[in-house]
Amino acid sequence: MPTDPVIEVAGVTKTFAGVRALSDVDFTLQRGEVHALVGENGAGKSTLIKVLTGIHTPDAGSITRNGHISTIYQEVNLVPLMSVSANLFLGREPRTRFGLIDRARRDADAAELLRGYGITADVSAPLGTLAVGEQQMVALARAVEANADVVIMDEPTSSLEPREVETLLGVVRKLHEQGIAIIYVSHRMDELYRICDTVTVLRDGVNVHSGPLDELPRIELVSLMLGRSVKEIESHGTTAFGEDHHADAQPVLEARDLTSKPRINGVNVSIRPGEVVGLAGLLGSGRTETAKAIIGAFPISGGTVLVGGKPVAHSVKASMRAGISMLAEDRKTEGIIPNLSVRENIVLAALPRLSRFGVTSRSKQDRIVDTFVKRLRIKVSSPEQKVAELSGGNQQKVLLARWLCTEPKILLLDEPTRGIDVGAKAEVQALIDELAREGLAVLLISSELDELLDGADRLIVLRDGSVAGELEGDRLTREHVLEAIAAEVKDDADRTTAGHAAGQQSGH
Amino acid sequence: MTRTAPQPATRPVSKAATSAARTRWLQDNGVYVAVAVLLLFNALFTSNFLTLGNFTTQLVQAAPVLIVALGMALVIGTEGVDLSVGAVMALAAAVIPLYLGAGPLMAITMALVVGVLAGAFNGFLVARVGIQPIVATLALLVGGRGLALVIADGQLVQLRDPSFLELGAGNVAGIPISVLIAGALALVIAAVTNRTTFGRQLVAIGGNRKAATLAGLPVTRVLIGVYAICGVLAAVAGVIATSRLAASDPADMGLLMELSAITAVVVGGTPLTGGKVRVLGTVFGVVLMQLVRATLIKHNLPDSIAQMIQAAIIVAAVYVARERR
Repeated sequence: MPTDPVIEVAGVTKTFAGVRALSDVDFTLQRGEVHALVGENGAGKSTLIKVLTGIHTPDAGSITRNGHISTIYQEVNLVPLMSVSANLFLGREPRTRFGLIDRARRDADAAELLRGYGITADVSAPLGTLAVGEQQMVALARAVEANADVVIMDEPTSSLEPREVETLLGVVRKLHEQGIAIIYVSHRMDELYRICDTVTVLRDGVNVHSGPLDELPRIELVSLMLGRSVKEIESHGTTAFGEDHHADAQPVLEARDLTSKPRINGVNVSIRPGEVVGLAGLLGSGRTETAKAIIGAFPISGGTVLVGGKPVAHSVKASMRAGISMLAEDRKTEGIIPNLSVRENIVLAALPRLSRFGVTSRSKQDRIVDTFVKRLRIKVSSPEQKVAELSGGNQQKVLLARWLCTEPKILLLDEPTRGIDVGAKAEVQALIDELAREGLAVLLISSELDELLDGADRLIVLRDGSVAGELEGDRLTREHVLEAIAAEVKDDADRTTAGHAAGQQSGH
Repeated sequence: MTRTAPQPATRPVSKAATSAARTRWLQDNGVYVAVAVLLLFNALFTSNFLTLGNFTTQLVQAAPVLIVALGMALVIGTEGVDLSVGAVMALAAAVIPLYLGAGPLMAITMALVVGVLAGAFNGFLVARVGIQPIVATLALLVGGRGLALVIADGQLVQLRDPSFLELGAGNVAGIPISVLIAGALALVIAAVTNRTTFGRQLVAIGGNRKAATLAGLPVTRVLIGVYAICGVLAAVAGVIATSRLAASDPADMGLLMELSAITAVVVGGTPLTGGKVRVLGTVFGVVLMQLVRATLIKHNLPDSIAQMIQAAIIVAAVYVARERR
């Protein structure tokens, strides 16, 4: 293979507030190749892209650019209120003799150019009136028009309809033929294998694999993203989970047919008291959405949630009253209240119970906070310390304490050990174990397969918002999970045409 | 291209830490220091300043602003703002003469009811409809005064009910009634903020609304409650100011009050980004702005200069607050 790199990255390291986002990463992009960049949340993809485009300066390592880079983000970063043609030529408008913008020529050029991308929309209309897929195409056309040698596409198809995906992939192929190199970030296996030549897998900020994609079986790719290789021997004791839990017969939580298209599609989850049920699947498979739908924080179009056999209204308040609590994935934006103290953060959800006639009882608060600080071994100088000053692991423990002091029957944990140090991780895992033994029903979401395999009694595997398999007992192995995640969907073609038909029906 | 060696992990920790500590101390105590400095300056250089009469005058002038600023502090704590407080004062003023015939108690009650309704309307727009606070309350800023003028038929009405006028002019043990009311309300708001579930919930909503929602907090109810409190406090201020004026004057009542109140809250160390309410700081913020005006007037500087100095104080307060995480 001839080498003509447009981008060469060698030994790049980038650290944010003590956390290594990238660690000694090498990455080479050849002219004209379509290069898949994959990895789970927090693997370092976005950081790498930002280093490539110059938004972040690496702490160490070198970057050599031999071309002009253009980035197409998932959210189109154009001006929605300006016309399509104005967006297309923003900053490079054709001028009249008097130096004014030649609108007529601009519109004509834009229409001509966009026809090549299959867009026939009115170029003088505001960009925001176009469908998302069309807007993305405009962004793409703009990048090519600006003589980009490299186009970075970050999850370009995540909000597109199947028909629009086809058009986009067609354009990607065309760019490829024109010799433009493309970095393609996506989690959709089918797309990757259809259009990408090479692949780079990042995990925990490390480049764990770079090479031709067609030589890499799907199952191997998924395995690389999620953890150790299939061939590696599974060693027990890497996580702090103990043995399986004895579960009662009757499920305390039953979620039936949860649907919120296109993110989740008829998902069923049931958990018995004392049972830890794991939700496995890749990013974007609907894990978080399922958990949020259960607690009423994600709008659903269908499905019911039953606690102890009784239906629960679809709202966070009703769900919490019924005994469901959820540890959200994003500690910063959905968890801690930064300028409140550790004590106030812990008692937040349970405050009405710790109050009389709306007046809070400080002694009751102190007692319960003291109990949980000791039990979870939260390291604080005092309960009055601001929660923002704690380490990630201790913040996570504060949030766990917040939910535990609401005395839940069902605890939904979304990535409870992400971004916390090894010691805290083991402590949190041991705690989950202990809580289940005490009879709590736990739903565990994790991107780490080891954590799920060791921690869960039963695994529900999600793929594209649907249940792709349910594993327990002997079938609870790495191979079975990977198979379920990586399986090629047989009716994929059917779905595409079905989506196509639906798209036409909706009278676009 | 060369590979740069990783930076050594040592940082000038002590220097950065002391600077951060100094900034935080200034954020927390700046307003108290400013009030103390200004008092000292006046004690030394202003004649007839350290007299009981002067203090009483200053406090009576500051009382309505303080009452409004207390409500504003709560709203700002939820990461909101209420621009309609001046218009609500005008509405309260306009309602009073309509019911004064049925006795002062009736008139005051009706004015307060109007305040609650106006505030709840703001809260509804913000929490339920999802309109940004600045826009939602702008509607009532414009429409409220218009409505007040319609109610009053555009007229200034002289008020002669002696017991109603007592509210603005009377004293208890030498302390003006309006000052007593303002002080009592400050204590109540401080208790609500620090000691009730409602107060803690409003601060949590301002600090991280998404997290508060996921924690099952009654976000809508709390927000409507906060704006209703702000509305009723504005009405209280409108009643007191009307009583002092001995006239209902919807055209001028509470003009630009929203700006005075926001200024006092911000100068008092409550961040506009929400998540924190400083009641004592707000009280001192009001006192500080009042002292600045009084000082300049006593030294025969025109009001226009006072306004510019107030502007400088606001910029200073925002500058100090800027280095927040």
